Amino acid sequence: MTVFRDLSQHILDIYENGVKAGATLIAVEIEEDLLQDLLTITLRDNGAGMDAQMLQRIADPWVTTRTTRKVGLGIPFLKQTAEMCGGNFAMHSQPGQGTTLAATFQHSHIDRPPLGDLTATITCLIVGYPQVDLYYRHRLLNLTAQSAEEFVFDTREMRAILEDAAPLSDPDVLGFIRNTLEAGIPRAKHLIIY
Amino acid sequence: MKNLAELRKIKERALQRRQLSGEEARARVTVAMGTCGIAAGARNTMKAILAEIEQRQIKDVVVTQTGCIGLCEYEPLVKIQVGAEEPIWYGKIDAARAATLIAKRLIDGQPVTEWEVQTTHTS
Repeated sequence: MTVFRDLSQHILDIYENGVKAGATLIAVEIEEDLLQDLLTITLRDNGAGMDAQMLQRIADPWVTTRTTRKVGLGIPFLKQTAEMCGGNFAMHSQPGQGTTLAATFQHSHIDRPPLGDLTATITCLIVGYPQVDLYYRHRLLNLTAQSAEEFVFDTREMRAILEDAAPLSDPDVLGFIRNTLEAGIPRAKHLIIY
Repeated sequence: MKNLAELRKIKERALQRRQLSGEEARARVTVAMGTCGIAAGARNTMKAILAEIEQRQIKDVVVTQTGCIGLCEYEPLVKIQVGAEEPIWYGKIDAARAATLIAKRLIDGQPVTEWEVQTTHTS
């Protein structure tokens, strides 16, 4: 049992940890390898990082740095989801070195939640945290494909052009983000065997 | 990244508009997007707000998000601050309510009291 319907809700949730850690750049990488039947979601941030003691306790739902609620749920939820889908969960961090988090799943696992509305998640993250740059990379290796499909969206490239002319929630900018993500995010074509 | 030429055009239009109006943002909308908010459907709330902004071409409202504000039972929560007025939090704002909230509060300029939530948090 998880509280989220899809993995892109986990991404939306976990990303906030990097924001709270003062990151200026967060990389979200999705790797779908249908040949190896593996789905990997990686989040890397350049925030404050944490020491080994905190890192060890982080998957415990009773640990949180927040003051508004007494339990931190995001990381335990993602870890639980990965582990029940034949995958695993790992975090690496050092004070001053940022944090890297990787969750893997058996791509075809019956309990694996779908990736879901990635366009909505990435749009929320870009618009919702305008102080943080987002690097999004999504690679898909189909069973039949000779080479991987790859899609990259980097807000640093966007910002270099826009500068301060318009906020990211400007309607035209929103349209640009939505269209680019909708057209670019690769979608796995599953083999259905009856 | 593709389509960057389109982004350059958007920038040009935005700069021209700003020269004409000289306006700063007239309102700020914040969606609470903590674990509790997301579980309650805050992503659809945000999606609905951004769809209204895009469809109605609202160019003077800034939308952002924040984490858990400690009122998990009222999620999804949305904060609206018009000008220098006190910000107001609205509770249980699903996608349909979000569209109504934007139309009433930001287009018609009417107060929306029925979904207001009292909070001491300012985040």
